[in-house]
Amino acid sequence: MTTLRDLRPGERGRVTGYVSDQLPPRLFEMGLLPGTEVELIRLAPLGDPIDLKVRGFHLSIRKHEAELILVERL
Amino acid sequence: MSGSCHEPAVAVEAPRAPTITRRIALAGNPNVGKTTLFNLLTGLRQKVANYPGVTVERKSGRLVGHERIEVVDLPGTYSLNPRSIDERVAYEVLVGRMRGEPAPDVVVCVVDATNLERNLYLVSQIMDLGLPVVVALNMMDALAENGLELDVEGLARRLGVPVVPMVARKGQGVDRLKEILLRGVPPPPAERRWMLMPAVASVVEEMAQRLGEEAPDVPERQRFFEALSALTSDPLLETWQQRAPRFYEAALEARRDLEARRVPYRQAEMIGRYGWLSPLVAEVLRKRPDAQERTLSDRIDAVLTHRVAGPLIFFALLLLIFQAIFSWAVPFMDAIEAAVAWTGEQVRAVMPDGFLEDLIVDGAITGVGNVLVFLPQILLLFFFLGLMEDTGYMARVAFIMDRLMRRLGLSGASVVPLLSGYACAVPAIMAARTLDNERDRIITIMVTPLMSCSARLPVYTLFIAAFIPKIPVLGPFDTQGLAMFSLYLLGTGMAFVAAWVLKTFVFKGESAYFVMELPPYRAPQFKQIVYRMIDRAKAFVTRAGKIIFSLSIVIWFLASFPRAELDPELTTARQELETWYAHARDSLETVGAPVAAFEELEATYEERLAPIADAEAARQISQSFIGRLGHALAPMMRPLGFDWKITAGIISSFPAREVIVGTMATIYGVARASDDEIILREVLRADPAYSPLVAVSLLVFYVFALQCMSTLAIARRELGTWKWPAVMWLYMFALAYLFSLFIYQGGRLLGLG
Ligand SMILES: Nc1nc2c(ncn2[C@@H]2O[C@H](COP(=O)(O)OP(=O)(O)O)[C@@H](O)[C@H]2O)c(=O)[nH]1
Ligand SMILES: [Mg+2]
Repeated sequence: MTTLRDLRPGERGRVTGYVSDQLPPRLFEMGLLPGTEVELIRLAPLGDPIDLKVRGFHLSIRKHEAELILVERL
Repeated sequence: MSGSCHEPAVAVEAPRAPTITRRIALAGNPNVGKTTLFNLLTGLRQKVANYPGVTVERKSGRLVGHERIEVVDLPGTYSLNPRSIDERVAYEVLVGRMRGEPAPDVVVCVVDATNLERNLYLVSQIMDLGLPVVVALNMMDALAENGLELDVEGLARRLGVPVVPMVARKGQGVDRLKEILLRGVPPPPAERRWMLMPAVASVVEEMAQRLGEEAPDVPERQRFFEALSALTSDPLLETWQQRAPRFYEAALEARRDLEARRVPYRQAEMIGRYGWLSPLVAEVLRKRPDAQERTLSDRIDAVLTHRVAGPLIFFALLLLIFQAIFSWAVPFMDAIEAAVAWTGEQVRAVMPDGFLEDLIVDGAITGVGNVLVFLPQILLLFFFLGLMEDTGYMARVAFIMDRLMRRLGLSGASVVPLLSGYACAVPAIMAARTLDNERDRIITIMVTPLMSCSARLPVYTLFIAAFIPKIPVLGPFDTQGLAMFSLYLLGTGMAFVAAWVLKTFVFKGESAYFVMELPPYRAPQFKQIVYRMIDRAKAFVTRAGKIIFSLSIVIWFLASFPRAELDPELTTARQELETWYAHARDSLETVGAPVAAFEELEATYEERLAPIADAEAARQISQSFIGRLGHALAPMMRPLGFDWKITAGIISSFPAREVIVGTMATIYGVARASDDEIILREVLRADPAYSPLVAVSLLVFYVFALQCMSTLAIARRELGTWKWPAVMWLYMFALAYLFSLFIYQGGRLLGLG
């Protein structure tokens, strides 16, 4: 099982589902939905949070949440 | 305006604004240009008020040339499912549930053209409210720079609402928007254009019907949206518990049912809306062949959030801000202080001596001065904060700092309020509003007052200068500078400890999350930053000013009454001096002496009067309510090394810390002397009751104790209860007492002091 956390900077993936149903609704409102393509741009200087490119904009989430989002590598 | 030169020179009260016949609300995601557009639509005549019950600003103005049309700039929001207080306000206004404010007649939804999908998400929600919507498609310049082209006509057709392309920053498209607004905007088409998954849709339809029966005042077209929100959002569901209990029950029932059938109903709305918008945007947006994969903003980010360079740049910026606040502001602060003192003197000169004069000069003018003095620092701070916000850098600060802050129970977004706390806790606590997680926000507010604010500076300066010997240590550093630095460090360190304690013991188990946009960098608009800086400063001065002003009068009263009986020796001395002065004047007059001679005599008289007046004042304060309170509470403070004088100083500085300096000057009878600060330093040093150990104990007390009425008041407003401000005051007092006790008693054991 690959999660968003497993992507390395520069890698792209497609959201396939979620590990938990406890994810914040804001994440979905920002468009991180099944079928959405994401690119991991970089990690913050201390390794967390991460910078994602989703639907043409940059979204920052913590690894803790990234771990709960399933992706397939593209 | 014609004929303005004939208007009277005196400022005339502006005629009352005509009644509002139409309301336009500007809504949109954060950072899309709402305020820029707002300024263009309303010109400079804007009103800043507060929404009832919260400290969120309500910015409104009249459409230029149409005095009866009101324009309101709503706080930015990503959706109508609000998380932060700011978002909640935008939500309540749009659904027509803000107290004292009917729903707007038209919504101008400002949209960032370079980020269409996510921006249109909010547009589609607002359309579901049935309100007339115009899309202001902003940032068309940035879109072109990114190598993209957009079929505006096609977008309008597919959305079913008017779309106006614009570049708000250059004023392009604004006339077209106004034209459409004045012509009148029809409500959006009634049929929903997006598809909610059928399993959820049928449930929501049913709920909407029930809502219609139970709360018929909810507009019919809005019911589906309300039902969907109640189904998926806990806080929004809660609002119905009282108003429509059967609807509320139905929602709970529907949730149980959908959960049992394993329908992902909480994501259904997002899936439905993006399912409509994603292909729609793909159809209208074209990439030119020269489009770059990495935008300029991406390349800037590669540096500013770089593993090594990112933090270095951030800390360099911090240093710059500190430098600005603590040195560039000083001349302005000195000037304000001088102006306040001058005003006091002018008033003294024209008013008869006595009670009222003292009340106005020592109570009111000094009280206002105590607030105004911090204005330069606060303005500078707001300028830098505005710059960081406007360029988009603030989000990067949160990004860089989040990991560190989270360990302490805070979030990356807490950095800004905490840093602002070095200038003043009042705006800092207000800045915590942007935190969308309630736990993070409360913790941030609770620890912010531990950051050494500029009001502590005069206290630090006085006691360090008086009791810490100045010994060079290394390069430009000396012991006094290091002492100052340790005080800041102590406060900051304790803020982190307190945050950690709150996180670990008070808010345990409550999870926080962090979902934050990193908006594209944009060149700042200085005009707008300056406006906002002035707006915020005004809010600070009026809020803090009112409290400090009234409390200063109270403290003045407590220090002036009951009137001490006259000391015969001093009275005789005063009488003798006055007789001597009268005689000397007379003889100068008879010989027709030059003006210079009179002035010299006047100066001598003042010089001899000062010690007498000061001695009288010292007597007065010792017998006043504050003096008596100081004597009464001194036993409690003695273990910290404080005598009744310091105790009285601490009590008098309850509304504002820096007041202790003035109180000590009065107690020691040097308030009127010229150069009173230097003299006060000398007499403090000469008083055998004090030692460096007492000074350190007092300094530490001021690092921790919450001696600031304005902070308590603002915390009460932001947290909506007296509980947290009370806890805040108590824990900070406890820290102050215990640390000072430990230091003083420990120092004594070591044979110091
Ligand atoms: N490139 C570009 N930037 C703009 C435009 N309009 C506003 N901005 C910038 O976008 C940022 C956010 O603007 P602001 O009006 O404060 O947005 P608000 O948060 O929605 O009120 C500022 O840096 C503006 O200078 C525009 O048409 N083009
Ligand atoms: Mg704005």
